[in-house]
Amino acid sequence: MSEVLRNLFWILIFPGFLFTVVCGFAASWIVRKVSALVQHRIGPPLLQPLYDVIKLLGKETLIPEAAQKATFMASPLIGFSAVLLLATMLWRISFVPQELFVGDIIVAIYLMVIPSLALILGSSASASPQASVGTAREMKLVTSYELPLVLAFIVVIIKTAALVGPKQQLNLAAIAQHAPVLSISGFLAFLSALLCVQAKLGFVPFDIPEAETELASGVLIEYSGALLAIWKLMQAVMLVALPLFLVVAFLGGFGGGVGGILAGVGKYVLVLVLIILIKNTNPRVRIDQAMKFFWFWCGTAMVVAVALAIIGSVFNIGWL
Amino acid sequence: MDWKIWSLKKSPWVFHVNTGACNNCDIEVVDCLTPKFDIERFGMKLVGSPRHADALLVTGGVTAQAVHRLREVYRQTPKPCVVFAIGACACDKGIFTTGYHMVGPVDKIIKEIDPDAIIAYVPGCPPKPEAMISGIVKALSAL
Repeated sequence: MSEVLRNLFWILIFPGFLFTVVCGFAASWIVRKVSALVQHRIGPPLLQPLYDVIKLLGKETLIPEAAQKATFMASPLIGFSAVLLLATMLWRISFVPQELFVGDIIVAIYLMVIPSLALILGSSASASPQASVGTAREMKLVTSYELPLVLAFIVVIIKTAALVGPKQQLNLAAIAQHAPVLSISGFLAFLSALLCVQAKLGFVPFDIPEAETELASGVLIEYSGALLAIWKLMQAVMLVALPLFLVVAFLGGFGGGVGGILAGVGKYVLVLVLIILIKNTNPRVRIDQAMKFFWFWCGTAMVVAVALAIIGSVFNIGWL
Repeated sequence: MDWKIWSLKKSPWVFHVNTGACNNCDIEVVDCLTPKFDIERFGMKLVGSPRHADALLVTGGVTAQAVHRLREVYRQTPKPCVVFAIGACACDKGIFTTGYHMVGPVDKIIKEIDPDAIIAYVPGCPPKPEAMISGIVKALSAL
């Protein structure tokens, strides 16, 4: 019984739903505030993301007549729960690294795709021509950034496998103890994964599926009221989970004790600010440019990085 | 106060509808987003879809071609929402009063499909951004 209660506490309060959503609101406020400062504006007040979600919950929820209603309503929940699970997993690895399960690396990679799939499902169920253009773009974007992201993660796995002991299990907690970014291949992998995360978050220059000025919010065009509020919550939680994933995989994660947690938060804010600066200094690219960029440039860079990492681990050269 | 109205005042998202304006009012609407006025301080945001909007900023005196679009956009906006008639044309057809192609003004068209609609008027040719912000504040405090 106490085991069940403890797990419920993990999932619902700390570090699951409540804690992650509060962090997500703070992160999305940081995004809007820093963007405003970059443009010499004042920006929204601290509680603005919370006000937005409360307002959306109080509004009328319209469902298009031609929409596939069950899919249209379920997909925000699917996306939100997947990304919440990912965030809870990553927080647990950061705070209690000794309690683990086998295969968490693969689970994390799977959970990171589900929000995009939910977005594709929801928008294609909404029976709007603009949403279907957005859906097509989102699909192409997913297929283009998944390859370099997984390759970048393979670099991390190779680098860590060379460092863990022969009896020790290779999992996210083991990965979190090393910082592959301090080597050449790890640095290349970090840069490419950062751009993939930018695309996963749907930020400029890869906000092609949402493209407010040409597709009128694209994939989210038909969503309103409470369903839109869940999408906004999902985006806020993704803003916690994906940079946290980068911190765990590339930057050495959270250490033990108060100092380690402070250092971890510092790394998280660093990644977030990098993402915001990329967002504010780039124009939106076309979908073909994005695909070319991810497959050709990031893909080639990642193949080189994987080769370097293998050479480094065979000949025992740490900096390669 | 009702929590729905309270939160609506904290984050009114606006959608911009041009129903045949000369583009002068539109430029002034976009001015509100610039660093000098920065309406994001009050939680206001320009959104791309009427489904996300809480306020419609209507400019122009509603031409015969635009009238169906205006009705459709108003029907698709989740309630509660506020309609702003921005500029002299939207308020009272302005200099186009006798134009053969004018069906407006905005309030008449909106009242035809929803008699209880909340409509705020910001006159001027074009109205200053200060006038728009003041109009939005007045309309929201009247909710």
